[in-house]
Amino acid sequence: MKATDIGNPDYFHKVVDCQWACPSHTPVPEYIRLIAAGRYGDAYLVNWKSNVFPGILGRTCDRPCEPACRRSRVEDADAREPVAICRLKRVAADQKEDIRARLPQPAAQRNGKRVACVGAGPASLTVARDLAPLGYEVVVLDGEQRAGGMIRSQIPKFRLPEEVIDEEVGYVLDLGVEFRGGQYVSSLRALLAEGWDAVFVGCGAPRGRDLELPGRREAAAHIHVGIDWLASVSFGHVTRVGKRVIVLGGGNTAMDCCRSAKRLGGEDVKVIVRSGFEEMKASPWEKEDAMHEGIPILNFLVPKAFLHEGGKLTGMTFEKVQAVYDANGRRSLIPTGEPDQAFACDEVLVAVGQENAFPWIERDLGIEFDRWGMPKLDPKTLQSTLPRVFFGGDAALGPKNIIWAVAHGHDAAISIDRHCHGEDVAVRPPPGVNLVSQKMGIHEWSYDNEIALDRRYRVPWRDVNVALKSIKVEVELGFDAKTAFREAQRCLNCDVQTVFSAKLCIECDACVDICPMDCITFTHGGEEQDLRSRLRAPAANLAQALYLADGLKTGRVMVKDEDVCLHCGLCAERCPTGAWDMQKFALDVTHAGPGCRDRRAPVRKVA
Amino acid sequence: MTYLAKPRLHHPTLPKNRRGYTRRDYEGAISTLCAGCGHDSISAALIQACFELDVEPHRVAKLSGIGCSSKTPTYFLGNSHGFNSVHGRMPSVLTGANLANRDLLYLGVSGDGDSASIGLGQFAHCMRRGVNMVYIVENNGVYGLTKGQFSATADRGSKSKRGVVNTDAAIDMAQLALQLGASFVARSFSGDKEQLVPLIKAAIEHRGAAFIDVVSPCVAFNNHAGSTKSYDYVREHNEAVNRLDVMVPRAAISAQYPPGSVRAITLHDGSTMLLHKLAADYDPGDRIRAMNYLAERQAQGQVVTGLLYAEAEPEDLHASLNTVSGPLNALGERELCPGAAALEKFNASLR
Repeated sequence: MKATDIGNPDYFHKVVDCQWACPSHTPVPEYIRLIAAGRYGDAYLVNWKSNVFPGILGRTCDRPCEPACRRSRVEDADAREPVAICRLKRVAADQKEDIRARLPQPAAQRNGKRVACVGAGPASLTVARDLAPLGYEVVVLDGEQRAGGMIRSQIPKFRLPEEVIDEEVGYVLDLGVEFRGGQYVSSLRALLAEGWDAVFVGCGAPRGRDLELPGRREAAAHIHVGIDWLASVSFGHVTRVGKRVIVLGGGNTAMDCCRSAKRLGGEDVKVIVRSGFEEMKASPWEKEDAMHEGIPILNFLVPKAFLHEGGKLTGMTFEKVQAVYDANGRRSLIPTGEPDQAFACDEVLVAVGQENAFPWIERDLGIEFDRWGMPKLDPKTLQSTLPRVFFGGDAALGPKNIIWAVAHGHDAAISIDRHCHGEDVAVRPPPGVNLVSQKMGIHEWSYDNEIALDRRYRVPWRDVNVALKSIKVEVELGFDAKTAFREAQRCLNCDVQTVFSAKLCIECDACVDICPMDCITFTHGGEEQDLRSRLRAPAANLAQALYLADGLKTGRVMVKDEDVCLHCGLCAERCPTGAWDMQKFALDVTHAGPGCRDRRAPVRKVA
Repeated sequence: MTYLAKPRLHHPTLPKNRRGYTRRDYEGAISTLCAGCGHDSISAALIQACFELDVEPHRVAKLSGIGCSSKTPTYFLGNSHGFNSVHGRMPSVLTGANLANRDLLYLGVSGDGDSASIGLGQFAHCMRRGVNMVYIVENNGVYGLTKGQFSATADRGSKSKRGVVNTDAAIDMAQLALQLGASFVARSFSGDKEQLVPLIKAAIEHRGAAFIDVVSPCVAFNNHAGSTKSYDYVREHNEAVNRLDVMVPRAAISAQYPPGSVRAITLHDGSTMLLHKLAADYDPGDRIRAMNYLAERQAQGQVVTGLLYAEAEPEDLHASLNTVSGPLNALGERELCPGAAALEKFNASLR
């Protein structure tokens, strides 16, 4: 195994598991430290720069950061849980002071370039936020009257209050972005004819999948497609639901449907899924929230027919199945042979998936689509086969989530910026990287390196009886400042890196002896697989890198398994020669603007 | 020195020994010695050895004198008995404790100042009496606590950090132990745990006076060019005469060695000590030749390490004194106060 190239920005970035897992690479440990310090406004702005919607995401994010969190690998086996990253983000948004003065101002001068964004969801708004301050004339078009897209139409208000949406969508629109609500784009040809320098398609995955089963047409009045129903609820068109409701589907939309139904008069609300409970697509915490509200989830039941009488839905029948795995581990659902099960109900919400639909894009514009009806894109640049048209969010690569939409928005904004400056969009700007020693004195580090042993704190819930009375009362109350501090202290500061300098090392073993996690080994070199087996503690997690340094006096190598390092800095504290140092790794993802272009504006010298 | 306690969290696969303890359970308080001190490595080696031997922490007594080395018992085996004695007086306190309770495992931790100067006489008599103990000298050649004056083990001609040359002859503690009749003598280096841990295990298994001289660089005052106790110097001049593997009875001996290169020595409890010869002409069963070998190599400027001498059937102080077979605290009133008739009989035997 060769020595690790720590000069490669990806190496230390990967060590910061949360940031690496986040599609928009939010510097999580950095803002968690700011929250611990009570600097909520600063924490908010760190987030805002990276993910545009901290208050919204702090309530609704799919949080890929949390399963990645190192904390969940180092705690005692009986209760391994990640830091509550998502809910800490909400704390920053809830507790911040007025930060409006610190946001970018609308560009004083336009650069003459015009960009149209189709759809006012998170992807388009991110493009708008990145481009408008640069002087672009950005126009966001949406069929709805108010901006926000699925954030506003699909996420129930008891999870995400309207004010939070208004505030954060407002921050974007206030940058000089023009929003044209109630303007459904029905022809891309017509739009392109308006002479835009670039068009960004961020229209989401607007079509909910239906279930064509016997009785679907006859009982249509009481069967609704989940996302459409949620939108109707959100805009106040639907205010009641039958007493007995069946929700079909196992994703997050199904969870939103059942919890909404419970608040609109549904007394007997149940979720019925084809798969097993464990394989459901919904995030574990969303399932937990639904069950907390007394909603049962029945699994391994495949819908067979809608039962109806005189045009009125009376129930549904299901076939009982079991999961059988073949030699390749592929699952199939095989009927168990038990008699079909029938459930009486008054209304059914179908939440079995979403589809992309582009009926408004003419197929002869030069935009190629693949056989699944998705636009052909370069996944990095998000550019379509018509160079000035870009896609992002669910419209680009199929349904994902808000944070992916934001990441797409940033990428598309870079592409648009380069495209509008006549530069090759395939060339992507490298991130800015900084690595700074955190040593302040002999035992002083500029971060709190003591490892808190606290278990993950639960976000308090509003009393379930109160919460279920209204569709608009927010269920989660958010951490208070004290709990937020304690939860923030659970963060291991993985961005404070252990940086090793072989030429300073005297091989005294002090770091090996003090390391609480047995991460460090001095041994003779070898292939990675061989090394992993003969370290001080086996390095079985292949997803985590080994940090190897050579050039030691004895000819051995230093190998550090990054997997469960606590970043406590004790190796550096016990090092007599400063061969170990704790250095903060800061990754500054380059967004659209002069920094992403090849031809930079000359830097003004400081006088 | 660090102010931060070692976090309680540990590696998810950290193994447990037969007593149900992890290696971390054998640790003590956080060390306040200088960062990089060889003594901390020795503490880590002791922790490792006790873990591997399934030692019960409450059956161990750690005794020490004064000095950097004598501080270290605080930093390992936090759940064992400890006694920080007067300067150089660890051996006599330990001898007394051992006589009172022969069932404990006695770890005597001392330094070159504590054992080679003020406590030299104590060291000598403890060795020649054959007190059943592990006597570890953490040997750095300087008085670290008083800012780095030469100690009695500093080699003649070696240089202090300030450039002063040592003019006094050095005391070789291992030679002295051999001469004084210790039944187990070894030398090792704090920077080589692969060698040190098995030596400590063998010394713990040994039922007699077991002495280990561990060269332990003082990073603050004796780790410079010109020192003969620095990491670099010892690594360069180290001549290991053998390597040990100590196998506890339950472990199967799986490793294969070429015939003739390994000698297996069975210890009192059924453990096996596998001795890999590195120097062809070295025999750790011969005290006189061991002494000669050490003297020769030392004259050539080498630091001989490894198991230098081990007696297969040692006899300890309790055997010589014919003491009772159990600890005194386990004796009942009847044994302690056998009555007037017994006293009469005993007195009569002296007339």
